[in-house]
Amino acid sequence: MKQKFSVITSTCVPLPLENVDTDQIIPARFLKATTRDERFFGDNLFRDWRYDKQGQPIADFVLNDPTYGGCILVAGKNFGSGSSREHAAWAIAGYGFRVVISSFFADIHKNNELNNFVLPVVVSESFLAELFDTIFADPQAKVTVDLPAQTVTNLVTGRSEHFDINAFKKHCLLNGLDDIDFLVANADKTVAFEQKHDITAI
Amino acid sequence: MNTLFDKIWDAHVVQQIEDGPTQLYIDRLYCHEVTSPQAFDGLRERGLPCFRPDKVFCMPDHNTPTHDQDKPIEDPVSRKQVDTLARNASDFGLHHFGMMDPRNGIIHVVGPERGLSLPGMTIVCGDSHTSTHGAMGAVAFGIGTSEVEMVLASQCILQAKPKSMRIRIEGSLSAGVTPKDVALFLMSRLTTSGATGYFVEYAGSVVRDMSMEGRLTLCNLSIEMGARGGFIAPDETTFAYLRGREYAPKGKDWDEAVARWRTLRSGDDAVFDKEYVFSAADIEPMVTYGTNPGMGMAVTGTIPSLDSVPDAGRESFSKSLEYMHFNPGQSLLGTPVDYVFLGACTNGRIEDFRAFASIVRGRHKAPGITAWLVPGSWYVAQQIREEHLDEVLEEAGFALRQPGCSACLAMNDDKIPAGCLAVSTSNRNFEGRQGPGSRTVLASPLTAAAAAVTGVITDPRTLL
Repeated sequence: MKQKFSVITSTCVPLPLENVDTDQIIPARFLKATTRDERFFGDNLFRDWRYDKQGQPIADFVLNDPTYGGCILVAGKNFGSGSSREHAAWAIAGYGFRVVISSFFADIHKNNELNNFVLPVVVSESFLAELFDTIFADPQAKVTVDLPAQTVTNLVTGRSEHFDINAFKKHCLLNGLDDIDFLVANADKTVAFEQKHDITAI
Repeated sequence: MNTLFDKIWDAHVVQQIEDGPTQLYIDRLYCHEVTSPQAFDGLRERGLPCFRPDKVFCMPDHNTPTHDQDKPIEDPVSRKQVDTLARNASDFGLHHFGMMDPRNGIIHVVGPERGLSLPGMTIVCGDSHTSTHGAMGAVAFGIGTSEVEMVLASQCILQAKPKSMRIRIEGSLSAGVTPKDVALFLMSRLTTSGATGYFVEYAGSVVRDMSMEGRLTLCNLSIEMGARGGFIAPDETTFAYLRGREYAPKGKDWDEAVARWRTLRSGDDAVFDKEYVFSAADIEPMVTYGTNPGMGMAVTGTIPSLDSVPDAGRESFSKSLEYMHFNPGQSLLGTPVDYVFLGACTNGRIEDFRAFASIVRGRHKAPGITAWLVPGSWYVAQQIREEHLDEVLEEAGFALRQPGCSACLAMNDDKIPAGCLAVSTSNRNFEGRQGPGSRTVLASPLTAAAAAVTGVITDPRTLL
């Protein structure tokens, strides 16, 4: 969903596992939907870690633990590896997360988050380790993600880091614009490119 | 600088956005039924046509059953998704190879075999294994559904230029070691994130000597190291494979194309952001023991100890082994197997069926093994019949199924039951990937065949 993004301060949901793949974020059997119903995908976020075979919540999975909440997911390194399914980003957005913090993201998933106005924030491994410690010590601990300033701050320890995002995508997120608007508006350049390179059908 | 990747990428730049991504022209968009419906809905909501419908090829593969494809799909949800693709292709005027069309199959098997994926092209699909087409000497990568919509709407994508990596594998592979083992070996060395942010050029004598089918397997698995894509400079093997294929250039156009394709190679002065060199002598038949494809070892090896895993990764490592019912330090040789799956965009080509048949010829399927042998396309199924491999397989107690993605991700009925162990030629051993609770050991077609006839994990070299 297109929405403007600016500064977010929130408590966090910790998921200190590494290599969380998109098959775990949203299993393949939920990919048969032909519509983009974010609520449906959000309800099934981390389905097989979150519910048992009978559909009952698994108590020790973090999304079922009322101790933790907020719109920032904090995950171990290499988050979103594997399948390109954008349904994973829809599930994250549909659940209500606006930010995912990790020390490393898989490429395709990172783009998918950005295209769904979820901000992937890459931090150093030491920042991430400290943030996990902070959250486990105090589940009410808050983090501020400031997109205009490109900073992420652990409000308990005061530690702050700069994060990277390209200027174009930052502009899109701040203003609620998407890439398709841009590409359609630049169709004349595409036609000129095709003529210059003598590109024909098929 | 001056890498083949630079050459192909630079030739497709429509514009470079200041402090932003590149607007990249796309030569070929493939669509399957799972990751495209929301993109077509997006076009409708915006009131946009497809910008270049002639460059878009659609085919169902993920949901297709591997039996009775001439009848309607039983699962109504799968049927709706497959029907939706057909309707979208018709509404927007796109090429569509539906179920039972002799050109249908797994999109990453069909593209190369129809001559649709050609050297020097940019190719995308809403599927991470789009990296497969890089074997043709193309820049091919997986994208999300929003990006599918971008390409449908504009024949372009906005993308930051990845860094370049070259992986050379020198020497020659020993008997029983296949391109799948090479890929599993690379993943075990580089991990599943070792090539994230890069496009990989595969080179060296092992790659030069590889058949087209082997190259497709190797490039297919680039994403499992985190790379958006992997590719191989086109050479005589590539040209011989493509000549005469349905959509490949013909006559004078063919000669011109080959002359142009011969220039597609990294310069002698090319500078890569990262380079690796591996020796073929170090590569043995491989199996995975964990729940990501980077958790692999030689079939004769032992699972690493917990001490050898860095602190931050221990919880994931332990969770992974617990899921697999394996222990640190364990050898997998002799482990009982329930299911064997031969197929997928990774190993669903004719050479894979030849390899499987070479092991089972004159032997018989072990009692208690359920084996699913799924050709990657109808064309592969036809090749199997023409080479009489179907007879070899049947004599050994195996049956061929109909083409599709099948048990690789279990979106159709081919699901490995919870708790069962599968030796699979597919690409991912994630938790539940082949069905909720399923346990997957990734391996080559030779190792899969060895498990199928012995009933346990076996070094295929003992059966050659």
